[in-house]
Amino acid sequence: MEKTIIKVEHIGKKFVLRHQNQERYSTLRDSMAQFVRNIKNPKNFSKGSKEEFWALDDISFDIQQGDRVGIIGRNGAGKSTLLKVLSRIVAPTRGRITIEGRVASLLEVGTGFHPELSGRENIFLNGAILGMSRAEIQSKFDEIVAFAEVERFLDTPVKRYSSGMYVRLAFAVAAHLEPEILIVDEVLAVGDAEFQKKCLGKMKDVAGEGRTVLFVSHNMAAIQNLCDRVIYLKKGKVQEIGATKEVVSSYLRATAETESIDLSERQDRSGNGAIRFSAVNLLDQNHKQIAGFQCGSPGIFRITVNHAPGKQIDQLHIALGIDDEYGQRISALNNEATNQIFNGLKGNESYIDIVIPQIPLSPGNYSFVLYATVNHEIADWIQDAGQFHVESGDFYNSGKSLPTGQGSFYINHSFELHTP
Amino acid sequence: MQKIVIEPGNENSNYWKDLKNYRGLFYFLAWRDILVRYKQTVIGILWSILRPLLTIIVFTIVFNKLGNFQSGDEVPYALMVCAGMLPWQFFATAFSEASNSLIVNANLMTKVYFPRLIVPASSVIVSFVDFLISLLILAGLFIYYGYMPDWHILLLPVFMLLATITALGAGLFISALNVKYRDFRYIIPFIVQFGLYISPVGFSSSVIYDNPGISGIIKSIYALNPMVGVIDGFRWCLLGGGTQLHMNEFLISIGISLSVLIAGIWYFRRMEKTFADTI
Repeated sequence: MEKTIIKVEHIGKKFVLRHQNQERYSTLRDSMAQFVRNIKNPKNFSKGSKEEFWALDDISFDIQQGDRVGIIGRNGAGKSTLLKVLSRIVAPTRGRITIEGRVASLLEVGTGFHPELSGRENIFLNGAILGMSRAEIQSKFDEIVAFAEVERFLDTPVKRYSSGMYVRLAFAVAAHLEPEILIVDEVLAVGDAEFQKKCLGKMKDVAGEGRTVLFVSHNMAAIQNLCDRVIYLKKGKVQEIGATKEVVSSYLRATAETESIDLSERQDRSGNGAIRFSAVNLLDQNHKQIAGFQCGSPGIFRITVNHAPGKQIDQLHIALGIDDEYGQRISALNNEATNQIFNGLKGNESYIDIVIPQIPLSPGNYSFVLYATVNHEIADWIQDAGQFHVESGDFYNSGKSLPTGQGSFYINHSFELHTP
Repeated sequence: MQKIVIEPGNENSNYWKDLKNYRGLFYFLAWRDILVRYKQTVIGILWSILRPLLTIIVFTIVFNKLGNFQSGDEVPYALMVCAGMLPWQFFATAFSEASNSLIVNANLMTKVYFPRLIVPASSVIVSFVDFLISLLILAGLFIYYGYMPDWHILLLPVFMLLATITALGAGLFISALNVKYRDFRYIIPFIVQFGLYISPVGFSSSVIYDNPGISGIIKSIYALNPMVGVIDGFRWCLLGGGTQLHMNEFLISIGISLSVLIAGIWYFRRMEKTFADTI
């Protein structure tokens, strides 16, 4: 029997961006000064450098009971905002949502863990924060402890836990929630690969019990593994809703079609701005634009940087860090290490190519971090700047298919047989 | 099955029901704060006795012995200070803890839903426990001075409730402001310090009320401080017939306390939906 459990109608969420004021919170003085200025000169009321930004714009969809729904989209597409609105953490600006059933949202593991309290105490506290009653926690207590594998440390303050233990305990509590609707945001981005597998398995069990799961992730493998429907968000709007396979493949196609990774609009960057990364393109050995790299073939990252006007750029050091889909740093490409620091850049922009003669990464999705210093000062730094895909290829030039699931990169090697 | 409708402007519809559903969380947060309060301190819970005790001693020495202040009533000065200091300390800690509680728990505010009122309300409980423990000082002084409280003491819970209402009301108001304007981090200690001198902690209200040189208007303004009513009430309960309750001024204080609570809740509820956005 199909029953609509979540009904989302024309939801919008507006944020007001203030450009001058970089600080997150205003001071009373600023507000009072502004107030006085506005009284003196009412015409100025609307002037300040404010910009409205719709993080969610007219979103509508229905979710049936027992659905496992994935939410995908690029950074800033509104996925997390949508989850926060659904979990009632932030209020929508317009629209209407009807939810039937108890919602538990897991936007971060270990929310409310207190470092001074013991593991036992934190289980109860965290359970209560996630909406479990005392009796419920009591009845699940042994299961939680067993899942987290922390029996021996139950009475140790969690500040003395290793980060692995901490995460395991936090996830264990959350995994034993029994709400009708479970909302999960990228929890799998923590812990080692082994534990992530366990988490994914547990979430599958949860969904198998007829509960509704909403799951946001960048990890397409996890989405395909867990979800039967997917909502694809783009710039705050619903781009596509449907069966996982179709939506994921159209998302991947769209990602590839985006010819270059545009960084000029990114706000989440630091540095003094002597240069700014504005785009990254993936090229093949003929400098032709490609959608992704192929394992074993040559590849080029073309990085476009804008210069601060009127200045010559010296001592330009650029690094590109590559992370796997679990956020683990795999490698970094760095012109300091290769002793190729750039000097005397003029004009408004330059292209910097990082040439990789043979891509050693195993097939999958990767993300990268960009970092630059000019004259030893940080000029620009963007975490999670973009993503790229590596497809399977003939790394060893042997015509054989590559071994998979045996590590994250390939090493060029050969076997030699010596018989005495 | 529970049905939730999320719409701009209807945040109120389930609020009080939710508050009831989430009372478990209220207990847990209070329990957490109590557990954590004196972690990694050597003398632990003794602090909740030591702090008021030392202040009472200092007040007695400075004001009574050196400054020659008198209690004005038939009770020892130290006892009078104690009966004023305990509710004042309760108010001061409850008010500052509640005011800072939202900021301290910012990670909760942005990650899970619950009625936000729970956070400042539960932080008041911690100060309440401190207060209960510090009552031992009062008991000690009663024994030392051989003083026997009369039936008035049975009304103490009423005045405790009044103190709680005052602290919570002011705390709710300031905590909501504090989310947006962090200036209040600096204003709160100032209010607390200032309040100690304009409230009748080191002196008795009768010094003001019974002074014919002070006009009625000044007396009414003095009574606008809700802690005047609370502290006078405490003295009346604990020190019995030795002190008098000035009914008119007392009613003003109660009125202010209740208004502060209502205004606090109203403002808090109005700002609450934007907490996660601005914190």
